[in-house]
Formats: sequence, structure tokens, C-alpha cells
Amino acid sequence: MSDDAHLRVLNSPQFHELVRRRAGFAWTLSIIMLVIYFGFIALVAFAKPLLAMKVGGGVTSLGIVLGLVVIVAAFLLTGIYVRRANGEFDEMTARLKAEQQS
Amino acid sequence: MRRLLWVAALLAATGTVAHAAGALEGQVDRQALNWAAIVMFLLFVLGTLGITWRAAMQTRSAADFYAAGGGITGFQNGLAIAGDYMSAASFLGISGLVFASGFDGLIYSIGFLVGWPVILFLIAERLRNLGKFTFADVASFRLEPTSIRILSATGTLVVVAFYLIAQMVGAGKLIQLLFGLEYLYAVVIVGILMIVYVAFGGMKATTWVQIIKACLLLAGASFMAFMVLWRFGFSPEAMFAEAVRVHPRADAIMAPGALVSDPVSAISLGLALMFGTAGLPHILMRFFTVSDAQAARKSVFYATGFIAYFYILTFIIGFGAITFLMTDDSFYTADAAGVINRITGLLGGTNMAAIHLSTAVGGSLFLGFISAVAFATILAVVAGLTLAGASAVSHDLYAEVIARGRADEQKEVRISKLSAVVIGIVAIMLGYVFENQNVAFMVGLAFAVAASCNFPVLLMSVFWKGATTRGSLIGGFLGLISAVAMVVLSKAVWVQTLGFAQAIFPYDNPALFSMTIAFVGIWFFSKTDTSAQAAKEKAGFDAQYVRSETGIGASSAHVH
Repeated sequence: MSDDAHLRVLNSPQFHELVRRRAGFAWTLSIIMLVIYFGFIALVAFAKPLLAMKVGGGVTSLGIVLGLVVIVAAFLLTGIYVRRANGEFDEMTARLKAEQQS
Repeated sequence: MRRLLWVAALLAATGTVAHAAGALEGQVDRQALNWAAIVMFLLFVLGTLGITWRAAMQTRSAADFYAAGGGITGFQNGLAIAGDYMSAASFLGISGLVFASGFDGLIYSIGFLVGWPVILFLIAERLRNLGKFTFADVASFRLEPTSIRILSATGTLVVVAFYLIAQMVGAGKLIQLLFGLEYLYAVVIVGILMIVYVAFGGMKATTWVQIIKACLLLAGASFMAFMVLWRFGFSPEAMFAEAVRVHPRADAIMAPGALVSDPVSAISLGLALMFGTAGLPHILMRFFTVSDAQAARKSVFYATGFIAYFYILTFIIGFGAITFLMTDDSFYTADAAGVINRITGLLGGTNMAAIHLSTAVGGSLFLGFISAVAFATILAVVAGLTLAGASAVSHDLYAEVIARGRADEQKEVRISKLSAVVIGIVAIMLGYVFENQNVAFMVGLAFAVAASCNFPVLLMSVFWKGATTRGSLIGGFLGLISAVAMVVLSKAVWVQTLGFAQAIFPYDNPALFSMTIAFVGIWFFSKTDTSAQAAKEKAGFDAQYVRSETGIGASSAHVH
């Protein structure tokens, strides 16, 4: 890529809008994932009795339910990101590329 | 996909033959079980060698060899990534952990899984936009290529070496147990097959071996989990209740136990599992096999789904093993006093829980299938590791460091193939040398090094404008050395392997400390770097930034 090409992109407001939106979204989701995971690890380390608590009147413990919730949450978060990135963000990128070539 | 179905159909069709053979021999001798496994494994080998032969016909350029010509779809790549991740160690190890201690097994699975969303949000598409064949391409985009490639190749080879030793030793023992083959033969067979896959078929064959194995493993594990749940009328509560009733530790298996002893070890392990994934060279390489950033994202989405599903299966399988095996004496050996320990007395150890469960739910034929899949799993994972190691030698060390970027492509590919052969032979020797060593810590060490060397260098070069070559080089090596040193000084090596009385490093996992050292090292030695080279590297950030965010100017792995 030549120097002017990347300077043109850098000066484009569309580029900054794309990066701002995507970075905000990606970091928000990352932080949600980190909080969920390290929250779970913190419970394992500091609140073992809480995780041992029974739910639903049987032997199933809160720890097992929360563990499965973490697994499902990880999958859902990737789905949420891919949906928006492959739609909205890719359209913005495509428009930006088209603009650069014209 | 068509090839995949063909192999699956072939396996299904010949299953009946194996069954007939099993029935014939079964009355005479229990060795018949092994024949079913060996026949199915041979079919897997024949099928994958056929694929390797076809891949070899189509592999001409460097892009074909390292990145399967960029022609892998997001879905296929998702399966292959999941396959790289679903090693025999995680299948047998985690289900064995659940069998022995219940809930604690879940902590490991979750740690292995949660790295993926973060890789997707922050790394996957930038990697695809900036790189070509290895993650060193990304880190050396604006930094000085020679030093950065020496660093990344070292990080890659160290991770590959530890991971390979753990896999080879595990393979030898597992095959000894399942097939009745000599340890050395088993290690040699694994070594030779992985050399053939990588040296002849390159990334294309390695990927397809991985995809087929992932499908077989998911199918086998699904069947086992289904049979377990079926017995309990598809009520997990009923399964847990029965497990609590028969397990010696009773209700303790439903709550966190001794696995996580102190908070520092817990967080350190969590960091290593989460960010180590983002620094594993054989996983990072997979992002260059797809056509663009969109396909890279899709691959992580599918991979996360498959891995999540797989870990839920291993959890059910672990609990299933408790309920099916613990009440059946035929799966146990008694100790000297004639007492059966319901956990450690399991034939072959707790890691065999899933294997024994396959007999319990599907008979000897299904045992043969699961044994063959376990062997195939090891083979596929070591092939991926070998390819990553060979690429580090040829693409990073030879092409950039020794030939200074003037290597011709054909020669580079030849060196890569040669490296695959050498790595394979070294792996066989290491597998032999480490036969009677405790290698359980080595996978943990591989993750710790990946999290403390590869990942910080990659992340900082992409996200921080101020990162310079000097900072990355010093910080990366500090992370690498401190991770290895702390593992050597920890209980797993210092006490259990070297036999000293007291561990010098008090925690099980070094990542919390070694990652901090790496990041602070990169920051400090970049900040204090006032050379002209550093100024140039910082100025180069804008071009890298535009390309990493948009893919404008990104090279496609396709050859036009």
C-alpha cells in the first residue's frame, strides 16, 4: 500500500466511525467475558460454599448451573459479535474501500 | 465436504466387517477388542493418506503448503480449530477429572473455552488482515523482521516442543493400553504418520485430517453422552443424584474441591488458559487458511460452538462414567489388601474413564471405535504442531533471518518439509526419552509460554503504537524465560520430577507473574528506546493500523 493510500484512509471520517464503533463493541464484549470468567474463578477461589448451594431441590449445585451459564455465554457472545461484524462493520468497510478506489 | 462423507461412509460400511471379526475372536480371547480398534484405526490412516496424496498433488506454492491456498471455508476452519483443541488429553483428561472429582473438571473446560471469544473480539480479524503464514508476519509488520522472527520462532518452537512431548508420551501410553502395542512402536508410528501428513500434504492434508477427526470425535462423544442421558430419562438431575449416591466423595463432587487451592493459583491458571490459546502457534496459523476477515470471524464462531458442545459432552461423559463404572467391579483392580478404590482403582487409571464408559454403553465394537478415534486425535494434533514448528523454521528463521528475505519459494517449501521430517524424528526421540517421566505439567507449560511470550508480543505490536523492536524482543524473551524458570522451580518439576523437598516457586502456574513481566518489559524497553529505528517503527503504525482494521492492502493467501 502506498503512503498516500493509508493517509487518505486515516483522514476519512468513515474510517474513524468504523474503528470507534467496532472497538467500542469489541472491548465491551471482551470485558463482559472477562468479568463473567474471572467472576466465576473468584467464586471458586473465595466462595466455595455458595457454589455448593443446592438449586431446584435436588443435588444439582449452583456451581454446575453457573459453569454451564459461562459456557453458553461464551458461545452467545461470539455469535453476537460475528452477527454485527459480518453485517454492519463489513458493510462500512466495503463502503470505505469503494470510496478509496474511486 | 464430499470427501468427508465418503470417509464417514467407508468407516460405517467397514464397521460391520470389524464387528464380524470381533464376534469371531471375542469368544476366544479379549484381544479381539483390540482388533476392532486396529481395523478402524487402519481405515482412518488409509483414508487420511488418500487425502494427503490428493493434497500433495495440489500443493505447489508456499501459500498452498502453509495456508492450504487460503481455500478453507469458515465452517471447515471452525471444525479444524476445534479439532486442534479437542486433543486426546482434553477428551480423556477432562472426562477423567470429572470422574475423579466432579465439578472441578468443569473449571478446566471453562478456562480452555473462554479464550476464544476474546481471540475473536481482539485478534482474529487483525491477524488475518496483517499476516500471511505465521503470526511472526503480524508482529514483524512494522518491527524489524530479523529480531522479531528469531523471537517468535523461539517462542513457537518452545511451545511446540513441550506440547509435542506431552502428546507423544500420552500417545505411547494410550496406544500401549488400548492396542497392546509396544510403547516404542506406538511412538514411532505416530511420528512417521505425522511426518507423512505434513511433509507431503502440508496445511491442506493437516486441516482435513483434523476435520475428519473432529467429526469422528464429536460423533463418538455425542453417542456416549446420549446413551448416558437416555439411562436417566434425559434428566441431568437424576444422573447427578445417582453419581452422588455411588461416588466415594458423595455430595462433594457437586462443589469446588481441592483443584483450586489458593486464589493466586486459580487466577494464574485462568490467565494461562485464556491467553495461552491466543498464543498457540498451530492455532494462530489456522487464521491464514481462510480467504478473508469475515471467514476468520466465522471460524472462531463455529469453533467456539463445537468446543463448548464438546466440553458439555465430556462433563456428561465424566458423570456417566461415575454412574456406569463405579458399581461394576469388572472395571477395577483391587489393591494389595483386596480393597477396591472406586476412583484410583479404575483399570488404567482415571484417564481411562471415557474409554471404559464406551464399553459400558456400546460394547466392544464401540470401544474399538473410541480407541481408534483417540489415536486419530493424537495424530491430528501432533501433525498440526509439527506444521507450526516447520513453518517457524522455514518461513521465519530460514526465509527471513538466514536468507534475508531473498529465499525462493520452492526452496523455502523444501526446507519446511525437511524441518517437518527433523521435528518428527526429534519428537520420536523425545517421546522415547520421556517415557517414564511425569509430563502432565508440559501442556500447562506450553500454555504459560504461549501466554507470556507469543501473546504479549503479538498484542502489543498490533495495539500499541509505542511498541518497538527492542521492547518486544526484551519483553518477549523475559516472559519466555520467566515462565520456563517458574515452572521448573514449581512443585510439578522441582519436587515431583527433580526430587527436591521444597518448591521454590509456591504457585502451580506462572502466568500471572510471567505475563506481567512480559508486558511491563515490552512497555519499559519500548518507552526508553529513543533510537532512530524506534521512531521509524512508531511512524509505521498508521499504515499497519489502517490495514489491520480494514484489510485494505491485505495479502490473500491465494496465488493469482
